[in-house]
Amino acid sequence: MTDMASLMEDRAAAKVISDNLRKPVDWDSPKITRNIKKRYAAERRFKSYGLVAICLALLALCTLALSIGSKGYSAFYQTYVQLEVTFDPAVIDPERTGDPDVIGRANFDGLIKQALRDRFPDVTSRSDKRDLYGIVSGGASYDLRERVLENPSLIGQTRTIWLISGDDFDMLNKGYIDPTVDEGDRRLNDKEVAWYNELVAAGAVEKQFHTRFFTSGDSREPELAGIWGAAVGSFYTLLVTLALSFPIGVLAAVYLEEFAPKNRFTQIVEVNINNLAAVPSIVFGLLGLEVYLNVMHLPRSAPVVGGLTLALMTLPTIIIASRAAIKAVPPSIRQAALGLGASPVQTVTHHVLPLAMPGILTGTIIGMAQALGETAPLLMIGMVAFIVDIPGGALDPATVLPVQIYLWADSPERAFVEKTSAAIMVLLAFLVLMNGLAVYLRKKFERKW
Amino acid sequence: MSLSFLLLAVAALCALSFYFGRQRAVALSGGRHSNLHSLPVHYGAYTAAWCGLPALFLLLIWYMFQGSVIEALIVSDLPQEVIGDSGRLSLALNSISQIAAGGGEHLTVSPEIVDAGRRLANLQTIANAALVVVMLSVALAGLVLSYRRIEADMRARNNVERISRAIMIVCSAIAILSTIGIVFSLMFETLHFFSKINPLDFLFGLEWSPQTAIRADQVASEGAFGMIPLFVGTLLITLIAMCVAVPVGLFSAIYMGEYAAPKFRAVAKPALEILAGVPTVVYGFFAALTVAPFLRDNGAILGLDVSSESALAAGLVMGIMIIPFVSSLSDDVMSQVPKSLRDGSYALGATKSETIRQVIFPAALPGIVGAVLLAVSRAIGETMIVVMAAGLAANMTVNPLQAVTTVTVQIVTLLVGDQEFDSAKTLSAFALGLVLFLVTLGLNVFALKVVQKYREKYD
Repeated sequence: MTDMASLMEDRAAAKVISDNLRKPVDWDSPKITRNIKKRYAAERRFKSYGLVAICLALLALCTLALSIGSKGYSAFYQTYVQLEVTFDPAVIDPERTGDPDVIGRANFDGLIKQALRDRFPDVTSRSDKRDLYGIVSGGASYDLRERVLENPSLIGQTRTIWLISGDDFDMLNKGYIDPTVDEGDRRLNDKEVAWYNELVAAGAVEKQFHTRFFTSGDSREPELAGIWGAAVGSFYTLLVTLALSFPIGVLAAVYLEEFAPKNRFTQIVEVNINNLAAVPSIVFGLLGLEVYLNVMHLPRSAPVVGGLTLALMTLPTIIIASRAAIKAVPPSIRQAALGLGASPVQTVTHHVLPLAMPGILTGTIIGMAQALGETAPLLMIGMVAFIVDIPGGALDPATVLPVQIYLWADSPERAFVEKTSAAIMVLLAFLVLMNGLAVYLRKKFERKW
Repeated sequence: MSLSFLLLAVAALCALSFYFGRQRAVALSGGRHSNLHSLPVHYGAYTAAWCGLPALFLLLIWYMFQGSVIEALIVSDLPQEVIGDSGRLSLALNSISQIAAGGGEHLTVSPEIVDAGRRLANLQTIANAALVVVMLSVALAGLVLSYRRIEADMRARNNVERISRAIMIVCSAIAILSTIGIVFSLMFETLHFFSKINPLDFLFGLEWSPQTAIRADQVASEGAFGMIPLFVGTLLITLIAMCVAVPVGLFSAIYMGEYAAPKFRAVAKPALEILAGVPTVVYGFFAALTVAPFLRDNGAILGLDVSSESALAAGLVMGIMIIPFVSSLSDDVMSQVPKSLRDGSYALGATKSETIRQVIFPAALPGIVGAVLLAVSRAIGETMIVVMAAGLAANMTVNPLQAVTTVTVQIVTLLVGDQEFDSAKTLSAFALGLVLFLVTLGLNVFALKVVQKYREKYD
């Protein structure tokens, strides 16, 4: 086709368009009505996609909350079994010394076993007896000892006492073990279920509030395990994190926002802060392992190392939040202070920082909440150890709440599922509390300039 | 004296020196503050800073080197054949530290080790005592020297401000220091690792099974350290997560920003943000105990063979975790599109959805791509969900119903428990960590650049 021909064609097309433009549009023509209908339908469809997306996200949130709540609420109650225990002086204190040391070493386990044998006299075979002893937890003997040490006049008497039950019986009582399924498919055999039913019929089985869950450390026995040790470990870890990251973060933010000249160093710092905020947490764990444990030889599994590691992770959050808060303070405040003869440092410490403090604190609390929920870096520095004792300081071996959750989630016992869920509920309660505090601070002290 | 008491003592000395410095300034002023160059508080702060800062600096340096110096001293006294064998050496050091801590009665060790244990305990006591003495004397020296330098016309305020500015610079430099720390600690162990394993085998190997023979004569494979299967697994799970997070996050951002009534937004927005605040270990538990069994049971009904540690379960839950991340970032980006573009579109008669699809979305696309890349880097580095819900076997597969493993899972498995810093098995975790760090860093830098460029366009 020649150029001329194509030009002619363009002209023709242009004429059609201009003719069309000159013609008034008939807005009520069926074609346009149809078109508008279609467009509005597309509009409604699009809008519903958005609604569906939000509903999906909220549904996921609800499922998460429900699945944890329904699995975990039962952990706050524990099954107790009522038994008649004879505090046999021949077992506890044969020579009647009354010495707490002698009483403390006595075989209280034997007393419980005797009580169980007395309760079910027709159990004779060895393996049956072993099953029978499983009704009561191995930790019940400690409770009994405490009781006798507190009140030595019990020796020689027979008392009806509620004893903490073993985890399998606890599960049966809470309905997690179905006694109707085939005997081979459940943790308790028919005889054990029969004993349980007998005890229930006698009114000797009861659920009580499980205070031990909040007051004891970790244990291999689900019914004895508690979160207090992990909570204390979390507390020490966060204390170290806060003590380091708060002052360092605020000072760095003040410097970058108020004093830093626009030079290469400042630029590198800014790029680094942004990148550190996005580095995977596990990499900080590797850093902690290499620097704090291998180079500096700090103690393994100690909250101080966990705190040092988490402080590096929290730092970017605090710096970014503090910078935003400092930036929000209007320049007129600074100019007024400088005009009255304050030095730049005085301006910052007397005027800018106090005004920015609510924002800084909000950011700090949010950073601390993140640190409280962090798990992966702490696995690297050995805070996954099985630790029964409640840590007494930041240098003792300890674990933290999220790691405790991870450890329990890995345990095979059925009873640990509810413990894990309950521990998650406690952790989430702390997080809600902290975030609530942050929101409250923001609402209460927010200032519009 | 324990560390906390030492710190308390130094703090008390600081308070004391603040008091003395201030008193001296007041005394020098002769009752008129205008005789002084600065306020009395500044003289106090000046002495306090010179008392506390050198002591704290010393403490930091001391703790950095105390452990390695003492260890070097102990090791130099051990018999030659123990030092030569790194496995025996670490065993010996372990028992020595146990003996030094007062335990280790059950250990059957040679008398040299017991001696070394006693020596270690001895050295530790000496070191602690020396630290207390040195630190307190440094603090006192700082106190006395700065106290004597106080004069009425000393520029105390300028001095204090210079010190505080230096402290601030050091604090901001910590961000750089930790990046350097990450790079160096990962590099150091990775180079170690590459001296045992060929880097090419590591980067391009198709098999991952980090078992190394414990004894030389043991019948065991050499161990294969090819990271491709781990990356395939990581990318598979990331892809599944993105398939959930990107559409849901994007559409909820659009609905929240364009359609939702203020009341609905006031409820739904914080609710979405809760998803971001839930700890990852909770998501891991949810994936392992709720989602995975659900998928397996329903898969069985449909006749599919879903592994109980399927990539699908981990990916789905990870996607849920990332929804608020995508939605808040893309909300940010879309609200930055200038109002004039929107108004122009409405003026031409476009409906809301047409405006969003044909004007706002294309204009915001670079920013949204940046947001998605940031989300990808987060998914790649996510650890707890995959540790708890994904498997350990390094399958080279793209079938989401099968178990795969990821880089982070392997790092955790290799480093939890016994660590031997001379075996390729432990060291490979650091090499994986380095790769992970570099990949996420690259993604982040790129994504931030894209977002920044986009911001500049409409500023």
